[in-house]
Amino acid sequence: MVLRRINWPLWVGLLLTLAAFMSYFFVFVWFPFTRDFPWANLVLFLIAGVLLFMGLRRGFASDRPHPTRSKIVTVLVSAFSFLVFAMFVFTIFVVGRWLPASKGAPQVGQRAPDFTLPDTTNKQVSLNELLTTPINGKAPRGVLLVFYRGYW
Amino acid sequence: MRGIEKSLDKFNEVGIRPVAISVDAPDVSRDLAQSAGYTFPLLSDQNTEVIRRYDLVHAGAGEKGHDIARPAEFLLDSTGTVRWINLTENYWVRARPEQVLEVSKLLK
Repeated sequence: MVLRRINWPLWVGLLLTLAAFMSYFFVFVWFPFTRDFPWANLVLFLIAGVLLFMGLRRGFASDRPHPTRSKIVTVLVSAFSFLVFAMFVFTIFVVGRWLPASKGAPQVGQRAPDFTLPDTTNKQVSLNELLTTPINGKAPRGVLLVFYRGYW
Repeated sequence: MRGIEKSLDKFNEVGIRPVAISVDAPDVSRDLAQSAGYTFPLLSDQNTEVIRRYDLVHAGAGEKGHDIARPAEFLLDSTGTVRWINLTENYWVRARPEQVLEVSKLLK
């Protein structure tokens, strides 16, 4: 039987590991609920881990057709999967925290530093304009300044 | 920013104008606005002059090691005074629009 020969938990575990990694950046990052803490990805990694563990046991079972080859493949796939998991944790929980302290940023109660910058049509826009140009015919109650990394 | 765009009606209702600032050139921001459907202003601070003034420079974090802005949000009242700040400690954790709207309602 094909399923007996193929170490399916190992390969499904590998695929699921890759999916767990990629899905954060392509899917879950778009939803605050799954972005702020990557629990959905950690659950996927956990399931992948269980499958890989099953795969490891299977790969080392004595009834394998090619015992040595099967052991090497099993160890390599498991090690690679673990590396992917480690990279994910590192990217989210370590690299994500590599941000400047910004101690000199404007504090609550301080006046926000004035500026004039071009918009997408190259028109110069000042903070004062942003604060005074009416929204739906009414004077704005305030402005939300969002600084973002950009796409360069 | 996608969250802000989705909540733009609510921001308008409360009277808060969202404005986004990055080092992107105006035409890059225009492409972003078109592809992502952003209708609020995107301003261009290519030489990080304003980003520096707000102490938000993330040195060397851009492509080819140039300086960019770290993510940050400031809510200003109509006098331009800062009323609320969010300097996230983790790049992946961002302020939610509902949070900002809640604070906005307290502004006079």
